[in-house]
Amino acid sequence: MKTNSRAGEKIAKLLIWSTALFVLVVLVAISAYILIKGLPRINWHFLTEIPRNMGRSGGVASTIVGTLLVTAVAIIIAMPFGIGTAFYLAEYTKESMITRIIRFSAESLAGIPSIVYGLFGFIFFVIYLNLGWSILSGGLTLAIMILPTIIRTSEEAILSVPKVYREVSFSLGGTKWQTIIKAVFPSAIRGITNGIILSVGRSVAETAAVIYTAGSALRMPVSLFSPTRTMAVHFYILAREGISLENAYGTAALLIILIFLINVVANMLVNRFIAKGR
Amino acid sequence: MGSVERFSHLLTRSAKRKQDFRSIFSRSEKIQQFNIQHSAFSTAVKDRLRGRLAVWLRVALAVGMCFSLALLGGCGRPKTGVIIAGSTSVQPYAEVLVEGYAVLYHDDAIDVQGGGSSAGIAAAESGTADIGMSSRDLNEKERELWFVEIAKDGLAVIINPNNPLTDLTINQIRDIYSTKISNWSELGGSPAKIHIIAREEGSGTRSAFESLVMGEAEISPKAIVQDSNGAVRQLVADDKNSIGFISLGLVDQTVKALTLDGIVPNRENVINGTYSLFRPFLFVAGKEPVGAVKQFIDFTLSPNGQKLLEHEGLISSAIEGIENEEI
Amino acid sequence: MKKFKEKLSGRIFFIFALSSISVLALITVFIIVKGAPIIAKVGFFNFVFGMKWSPSQGEFGIFPMIIGSVSVTLGAAALGVPIGICCSIFLAEFAPAKMREFFRPAIQLLAGIPSVVYGFWGLLFIVPFIRNFFGGPGLSILAGAIILAIMTLPTIISISEVSLLALPRQYKEGALALGLNHWQTIWSVLLPAAKSGIVAAVILGIGRAVGETMAVIMVLGNAVAVPLSILDPVRTLTTNIGIEMGYASGEHQQALFATGIVLFVIIMLLNSFAQYITRKR
Repeated sequence: MKTNSRAGEKIAKLLIWSTALFVLVVLVAISAYILIKGLPRINWHFLTEIPRNMGRSGGVASTIVGTLLVTAVAIIIAMPFGIGTAFYLAEYTKESMITRIIRFSAESLAGIPSIVYGLFGFIFFVIYLNLGWSILSGGLTLAIMILPTIIRTSEEAILSVPKVYREVSFSLGGTKWQTIIKAVFPSAIRGITNGIILSVGRSVAETAAVIYTAGSALRMPVSLFSPTRTMAVHFYILAREGISLENAYGTAALLIILIFLINVVANMLVNRFIAKGR
Repeated sequence: MGSVERFSHLLTRSAKRKQDFRSIFSRSEKIQQFNIQHSAFSTAVKDRLRGRLAVWLRVALAVGMCFSLALLGGCGRPKTGVIIAGSTSVQPYAEVLVEGYAVLYHDDAIDVQGGGSSAGIAAAESGTADIGMSSRDLNEKERELWFVEIAKDGLAVIINPNNPLTDLTINQIRDIYSTKISNWSELGGSPAKIHIIAREEGSGTRSAFESLVMGEAEISPKAIVQDSNGAVRQLVADDKNSIGFISLGLVDQTVKALTLDGIVPNRENVINGTYSLFRPFLFVAGKEPVGAVKQFIDFTLSPNGQKLLEHEGLISSAIEGIENEEI
Repeated sequence: MKKFKEKLSGRIFFIFALSSISVLALITVFIIVKGAPIIAKVGFFNFVFGMKWSPSQGEFGIFPMIIGSVSVTLGAAALGVPIGICCSIFLAEFAPAKMREFFRPAIQLLAGIPSVVYGFWGLLFIVPFIRNFFGGPGLSILAGAIILAIMTLPTIISISEVSLLALPRQYKEGALALGLNHWQTIWSVLLPAAKSGIVAAVILGIGRAVGETMAVIMVLGNAVAVPLSILDPVRTLTTNIGIEMGYASGEHQQALFATGIVLFVIIMLLNSFAQYITRKR
């Protein structure tokens, strides 16, 4: 009996270790492949010139700007609405049927495929509201897409703040508003920022919702009404149509680095913030 | 991915609660506690909110309607340049034209977009695009729009370079795509299932292929569908059992273009009419073009523009003089 | 003044909440309003179970795409769930601390790689691999399942790991005290105890797989016929919308919105199931 279980344990351990290593290898292989092929392509020219000849030559400057602008529009719109809604749901309402429905809807909408948001954005913003293919259309679509996520993660963060904080604030004579700002918000900010970082990452990597709303124009955008191509869309088009694999890899590598930087920098900022507050 | 954080919170919270707070109130009870303690404050707020609800709803609705109306009718959308959208076959040539136009007229405010011929025509009709690109003839309803042919493009049927075949008849191609013929051995090659590759339904290239080759027969629903010429070419280049159709101008050494009934697919044969697979490239507009749009279209039809297109592999259609000279 | 600030802040939050909720409601209503007419016209059963999708001929049966979505997702689950759970066990129980520090952020980072990059990588490596070793065009259910499995691994691994770590230490200590060895503890005590969290993780992963578009549009082949083997090309509900979105108009467009409704319903069902499982502990 003992030797059986011993052998069983050894086999299980082997299986687990090999699976984990296999996963590690696969995941590293994917990112390493892109980075190895793409990093050499990135240089000053690549970053500052716009694509020429459908992307065969030139750089990706306009796509970088496009990505940043579309994401910025999305975040600037979604942040106040999302966090505000979360505070309202968490602080100003009682647990009731309505809040449960709202929470469930937000949860479901957070899971809707991005292509459905793209379809909605295309028909509603591009055609119906006549915004055309533009940064505005793309940003608004993305804002709606990340809104449920921001609401849910912010609400979770706010609700995890121990009741004691609020009790103490109230007992000291603080009003609801002061309690929220001074007692709840600083504790919840970590979770809220996490949700925002997640959403930013998702927006930057998004293709399906953006390609039909922000368009795929190669020029440097001149206003929020300009059509533009984000890096993810540019990569998709270059790779798909075989226009320039080199530039595709370069774009992908740049994209991965950007997402990595967003994660790192945002975490650093939050740490700084919190360290300061304490 | 936010769900990860959410679930970890959910789980750690409930786990902690189970361990330590078994006897302490549930969340709703706690909130009730609050409300009891601060009832005066909260009921005042709640009453105010409830009372205001009707008012605020009306305000919000009104604001929302104003906003959308303003965007819809009133100010419209500030122009950022000419927008050209549509066929992915025409797109690379349109880009070349834009670059040429920019050099000549010092005006580069033109954006080119893909999406497919039908999408381009729809965009031109709705005004989303100033010019729609189409790589097929327009149907009855679409002919009501303003349009002009800017060039002709051949359609090449391609196979993998390692495929020994070199020639097929149109009937054979039709049978392949309707899966009447499903194995390369039926055509004299080594036994292997034929992988048919087609374009998506809204593609002008596909429509052209359907009317020129398929006729009444349908492309099999089993066909692999790709959404651009480049993707089809790449696939055929990789898969030795595949067959596909792309723009003649895009054929390169990674694929082999079949001869049709012995006719080699090239510009000369399209011009002299022996190679029958070709389709028009059209610019479509919702209304008679004016201003910058008109200037660009005029450039496209001018000798300069046509020379650019010819240089890229298209067959000029605008000026007869050029055609005769080239031959 | 204080009171004014109170009222104002309360109202501002309320406006934000109202606007957000109305926007989210707008989307839901819009999709339903745009999609319902075609379902009414064609008939619910004809739409959902119809075998032929040919918009140019007025045929709007999405069953081939449902089979596509289901088969690709099930394939991804069949590959991803065992591997994911194994990895989460690894992280929770076996990994030395240093390795954990490295492994966990690595997985988080990989969740951030754009789906189009995964799709392209699949096109470069998985598709030719399948074509050369298994036959068929390579663009297939199998290719999609493999790519989706890789993409949902981070979700499954992270949440399962958290569930395992959230278990009270008494479970493990008790089991070990009773004489079970490490593996037996995991298999007979920890896994069953963390079951609800793990199931939730799997369901979330499946939800992500169902919603994926760009990665699979490159490797699935997008044929509209019902697949007969996992080596056949196939189209999912999402890729169908993606491919035809640009030019659909009239009834065709309505049919795409109706597909959106179907996806909506599927996600809602998956979410309710996940919530039910996690609540019921």
